[in-house]
Amino acid sequence: MLTLFLILFPVVAATLILIIRGERIKQLALVAALVELVLAGYVFWKFRPDTSSQFGFDYPWINSMGIRLSAGIDGISILLVLLTGLLVPFIVLSTFNRSYKQPATFYALMLYMQAALIGVFTARDGFLFYFFFEAALIPIYFLAAMWGGENRIPVTFKFFVYTIFGSLFMLLALVYLYYQTPATNVSAHSAAIVDLYKLKLTPGAQNWVFWAFFIAFAIKMPVFPFHTWQPDTYVESPTPATMLLAGIMLKMGVYGLIRFILPIVPLGVETWGKTAIVLAVIGIIYGAIIAIRQRDMKRLIAYSSFSHVGLMAAGVFSQTETGMQGALVQMLAHGINVVGLFFVADIIFSRTNTRQLDQLGGITQSTPKLTVYFMIMLLGSVALPLTNGFIGEFLLLHGVFTYNHYLGLAAGFTIIFGAVYMLRMFQKSMFGPTSSRTQSFADLTTSESWVFIPLVVMVFWIGIYPHTFLKVTEPAVANLMKYIGTTAVSMK
Amino acid sequence: MLPIILLSVFGIGLLFLGFMKSRAVLLPAALFFLLVTLAVNFLDWNKNYLYFNDMMRTDNLSMVFTAIVLGSAFLVIALSGSFMESEEAQPAEYYALILFSLVGAVMMITFENLIMLFVGVEILSVAMYVLTGSDKRNLRSNEAALKYFLMGAFTTGIMLFGMALLYGATGSFTVAGIGAYAANPQAGLSLLLYVGFLMLLIGLLFKVSAAPFHFWTPDVYDGAPTVFTAFMSTVVKTAGFAALFRLLYVSFDGVYSFWWTILAIITAITLVIGNITAAYQNSFKRMMAYSSISHAGYLLIGLAALGAQTKQAIVFYSLAYSVATISAFGVLLLVAQQRSSQTLSRESTSAESFDSFNGLARQNPMLGFAMTVSMLSLAGIPLTAGFWGKFYMFSTAVERGQIWLLVVAVLMSAVGIYYYFRVIIAMYFRNGATEPIRVAPFYQYILLIATILTLGLGIAPGLLQGLF
Repeated sequence: MLTLFLILFPVVAATLILIIRGERIKQLALVAALVELVLAGYVFWKFRPDTSSQFGFDYPWINSMGIRLSAGIDGISILLVLLTGLLVPFIVLSTFNRSYKQPATFYALMLYMQAALIGVFTARDGFLFYFFFEAALIPIYFLAAMWGGENRIPVTFKFFVYTIFGSLFMLLALVYLYYQTPATNVSAHSAAIVDLYKLKLTPGAQNWVFWAFFIAFAIKMPVFPFHTWQPDTYVESPTPATMLLAGIMLKMGVYGLIRFILPIVPLGVETWGKTAIVLAVIGIIYGAIIAIRQRDMKRLIAYSSFSHVGLMAAGVFSQTETGMQGALVQMLAHGINVVGLFFVADIIFSRTNTRQLDQLGGITQSTPKLTVYFMIMLLGSVALPLTNGFIGEFLLLHGVFTYNHYLGLAAGFTIIFGAVYMLRMFQKSMFGPTSSRTQSFADLTTSESWVFIPLVVMVFWIGIYPHTFLKVTEPAVANLMKYIGTTAVSMK
Repeated sequence: MLPIILLSVFGIGLLFLGFMKSRAVLLPAALFFLLVTLAVNFLDWNKNYLYFNDMMRTDNLSMVFTAIVLGSAFLVIALSGSFMESEEAQPAEYYALILFSLVGAVMMITFENLIMLFVGVEILSVAMYVLTGSDKRNLRSNEAALKYFLMGAFTTGIMLFGMALLYGATGSFTVAGIGAYAANPQAGLSLLLYVGFLMLLIGLLFKVSAAPFHFWTPDVYDGAPTVFTAFMSTVVKTAGFAALFRLLYVSFDGVYSFWWTILAIITAITLVIGNITAAYQNSFKRMMAYSSISHAGYLLIGLAALGAQTKQAIVFYSLAYSVATISAFGVLLLVAQQRSSQTLSRESTSAESFDSFNGLARQNPMLGFAMTVSMLSLAGIPLTAGFWGKFYMFSTAVERGQIWLLVVAVLMSAVGIYYYFRVIIAMYFRNGATEPIRVAPFYQYILLIATILTLGLGIAPGLLQGLF
């Protein structure tokens, strides 16, 4: 039942915000997001580390077709639920010094988005998953297109059409899978994900179902060559929307890989998995090289995010336990780091009115707090030991390396390149002579600090004692790996 | 059967009411008559009757279709108030013609004998020809009426010829009789059956504006007054698909292997032409005309994959499509009328372009929201009824394994999102006229009902099930 509450609470809160409106909307939204965080934290605390699905609910939805409103949290969802609960309050808090027109709509859309995201990560019915997968797109589209930059209309439009186009193929695959399921005692077919796992598809069907799913998720993440919507959308969106996109929404794609592709079409993965890893590794290097050349901070972080998510995809497709565990932890870690970095870019932009690295510099002089927090976020992102990024990337690289040494080696460049572009960004913006724009740069306000403090705590927590997070996902991942191993054999 | 009698009587009644001085009584009277008919329609619930010496059959399915048609007409009439206020309008005649045309629609839905189908199509069409040309001073309206009439008359001829051939082949005019004959294709069927069937099919496909029989649609929908465009694109289409479904399901299921490829190719062509051409339009109304062609394509998917799911898919889709289309046209009606009076231009085409929606959501959040929901529904985005409509349609085709057709449909859905979102973008993100549009409270309630219906069916699509 807690899952139902996690999904419904933001919806109710957002609707209330739309009705109430008025002055104190920001505070109200923050309180709502914090309540959701407490709930998510409680769920994480109470979660038994085993393979079962917990805190679930299950109601009939379209009874005659066997489609159910069914959701729950298992070891694969739990970190993503935690991530969604964790990030949204700080994304809301990060807007406290800004003013957005029509604030009620703005915050309501953010909370609707949160509800849809939790729905995606917890759905236990294939069609419910699809429903939330698409529903998440509508609030983020409006957030980006109503409050975005100058060029927002064509850019967000491209984003919208691109992603919907991908997910339509997923819908096709889901409907196809649905018709392969045997009859239950209520209806002719079932769309429950566990029933989809039991399917034994022919190799030919596995191949096209693999691509139908893969294109949908690859566009969402994005994986090379489906990434062309991403940098522009991240740059043009208002920063809170960018944080939602990069921090949480791209994880929908990685989650989909783990939840759908690996267990349902293992033979498809066997045939095409290597192609997918190669695409992902190309993305890692390609994204990193472009990031090195960027002058705009936000665009640089966007490309770094594209590069990082490639590694997660590669780790998942390595089909090793470490790779999968790494992907799950790295999703959490990356979400935290990227939100922190985008917030830094936003703070710098709001005070200097520029994000161009060559117009910045010398900010450290007057801003001890910002410097420290920026540095910590950045080190997390370049995967320095003792920070969260290290744990995730190490496990991921280990997974990819086990799968194929050369690919592992190529993927390993992410750490070197990551250090290059991140430190270059830091150096150009924070060190050096002050420019006319950065002369009177004020340090963080209290509310800004309070965004960073919890994120920094998480960076070190995951970096120093990852066991808290690894232990909850471990049984589920081990079970999934065992399952994939046995089904792939039985299908041959 | 009762709806037919009642609608005829009420139509004549409305003509007499037109003699009264006050026009104000006409709209409530027409709405009241429709509600009465809608209620009476369900009297035969769960009974399966043959009426008038096996001329018509009512069953739950036909009653649901009738309800959709009557409900659509109700919404259209409810939204027609501002149009009827103009000096040149003749509401009594218009409402009476709408009720008469509904008689034809109900006959198309309930026919058992092909003659009834023909009579129904004619009653519906003749009323529509008149309504299309009802904007007498407008050249485009006249052109549309003439075009519609000439082409419509021609295809009705083809349809009648097809029926004659079917009679020659089977010796029966009833759908059940033809179905019994066509049930055993192994026995060797007369060639006349196939030819007659194709001619009949062409006639009906013309009515639902499937490609390549769609050429009249854009001009007619564009030229007709918006109220009647809304009526045509929903009621005529729903009735046409109800008739097609009954024919294919009862009469020609036996020769499915003969016609399904033909229908599937027509479906693919309809989808491609409708969607691609819609993406190039600058006038919202013309875009909606092409969009209605594309929706005919989605509905045809269910027929090309005729099976146990088809019934439900077609009912759901036509309901979702009708509600969304009417509420979109309802908003267009207000916008075009008031924007053209604001800019003092007599040219009505410019007021119907996408640009006249610029900034609408800021001036009239309610209108913007209603329009957004109906566009999302037509585009098939989750949370709206249109999504489940497409979902059911796709399901039917997957069940038959027609994956290639689905790939076409999926690609075209993506194109559809492009042109439906142009409206949303114009309303929310562009700057336009600063004067808000005046909306009467009653008008708002009707739009609100349509919006709630779309969202409600989008969240709980199961509501409609178990009804038939």
